[in-house]
Amino acid sequence: MTAAIATETCLTLRAVCKRFGSLSVLEDIGFSVEHGERRGIIGPNGAGKSTLFNVISGEIPLTSGTVHLLGRDVSNMPAHQRARLGLSRTFQTTTLFPRLTATENLILALQADSKDRFQCFRSHTSFRERHDEALQLLDRVGLKDRAEMVVDSLGYGEKRQIEILMAIARRPKLLLLDEPTAGLPQSDASLVTEMLKQDKSGMTMVLIEHDMSVVFDVVDKLTVLHYGRVIADGTLEQIRADQNVQEIYLGGKL
Amino acid sequence: MRRGLWLVLAAAALAIALIVPRAGVPVFYVSLLTQTWIFAIVAMSLDLLIGFTGLVSFMQAAFFGGGSYAVAIVATRYGVTNFFLLVAIGIAVGVLVAAVFGLVALRAEGVGFIIITIALNQILWGLAYQWVSVSGGDNGITGFSRPAVGPFDVSDNAGFYHLCLIVLIIVLLFLLALVRSPFGLVLRGVRETPRRMRALGYNVWLYRYLALLVSGGIAGLAGVLFAWYNQFVGPTNIALDQSTQLLIMVILGGIGTLFGQVLGAGIVVFLSNVLSSLTGRWQMVLGAIYFIIVMYAPDGLIGLGRRMLRRGQGKRVAPVPIDQKVPGMAGEET
Repeated sequence: MTAAIATETCLTLRAVCKRFGSLSVLEDIGFSVEHGERRGIIGPNGAGKSTLFNVISGEIPLTSGTVHLLGRDVSNMPAHQRARLGLSRTFQTTTLFPRLTATENLILALQADSKDRFQCFRSHTSFRERHDEALQLLDRVGLKDRAEMVVDSLGYGEKRQIEILMAIARRPKLLLLDEPTAGLPQSDASLVTEMLKQDKSGMTMVLIEHDMSVVFDVVDKLTVLHYGRVIADGTLEQIRADQNVQEIYLGGKL
Repeated sequence: MRRGLWLVLAAAALAIALIVPRAGVPVFYVSLLTQTWIFAIVAMSLDLLIGFTGLVSFMQAAFFGGGSYAVAIVATRYGVTNFFLLVAIGIAVGVLVAAVFGLVALRAEGVGFIIITIALNQILWGLAYQWVSVSGGDNGITGFSRPAVGPFDVSDNAGFYHLCLIVLIIVLLFLLALVRSPFGLVLRGVRETPRRMRALGYNVWLYRYLALLVSGGIAGLAGVLFAWYNQFVGPTNIALDQSTQLLIMVILGGIGTLFGQVLGAGIVVFLSNVLSSLTGRWQMVLGAIYFIIVMYAPDGLIGLGRRMLRRGQGKRVAPVPIDQKVPGMAGEET
């Protein structure tokens, strides 16, 4: 039975709990994300959204419950192995390699599953194909002239863009986006939204976002978290119509 | 153009270094330079960990001393005199110590890692100090000499000086290639942001472990040379003091520069020998000099040089504070 469910979905969480000491951050979380779906996760601050991402990506261990990724039980699998299966993520606070150049940042993303990563005696710049691919990625968002600059010296918006480029560089099967537009001015935020909307590769996305215009623009389905529990799960219309959500989160505004 | 200039400078420095023992330089200084080359090798191996992998380790003396004890024991007990075999044994023991200690130390990160490396280094020192039947205890091991390298006799000062210089150059070229390779890029990624590396699919533990093995092997190799240099091995070779001194060499020269470690080793070796012949309070003076360098050139002498070059071109650059260069020291989340 487990296998049957698992093969049909990209991501399935069942009865997931996470406690830090006596503090229960996630309680009995269960939902599934289909292949190709774009799922939004919303909820007030402290609802456990980022913890949920950390549990899915394997950064912190579960207290109980199971996580299935692409048909495999990954509940006890370390983060790097989940990444190798095709899971990729961005972080709420920009998490790049500050003293490496923009190109080097992307090369690290691109070579992660290549045997070349153990190559010791050839300069990494001599792997032309990978180098060019990194430049193409930067070119896609108009950052080609920043290629040789140290990431630390780039602007905040530029770092956010590289954060996303790094996550999609290897065409993951499941992409977790933790507030990709956080702290960006409107113009840059819409660049990011366009980047996500225009992705035609059929990549499955799970998106945490506070900006409702981004959420309603990008996702097909929503999961609403409140104090570590899923209080609603469904299509945009269903969520809009849900009394519970209206009361405790959206404040009747939608 | 600039690359060409550097190549010419490097070649000139190398030529000068090569003729030193034949140019009438007093034996005292030839011997200090020999020591410098040996310590530069260990300091570079430590810089691979600190400057390129983000691991601040106080157990480098254990790898170094392990290599020293290995050749001394094998040479005196089993009469091995083959240069290449002894070198291989020294490297292997350095790698082995790193492999065992790494399993323990890499269970922690940041400050925890530093503390464990101090403890592990003390354990090996205690073993050398107290396991008298094997290590000779405080008396150490004597009674072995510098073996010939194939047809070349290196038992005299000049010959041994050249041997150490050549090994230094080989190790420097090896490490320069390594840090520029894809593997080296991975190590730098691990240094910068381990969390992101995991999210990209890199097994951070494995790369730290591999860096420790490489570093242990190189330190073991230097240990072999140091045993031959003194023709004596004792517990001081392995003491925590030694690890600390290596760390000072790495910082003085400039973390993450490799070339800087040659400078750093030279400064420590020359200052401690020259000052101690001038004054009884030489350690105080030495401390003050270290303090001044770290205060005013936190990025080391290579960093200071770079900044002065750029200032000459009309650009002002601030130094990178030391705690930002070394992840463990900032105590940040990894």
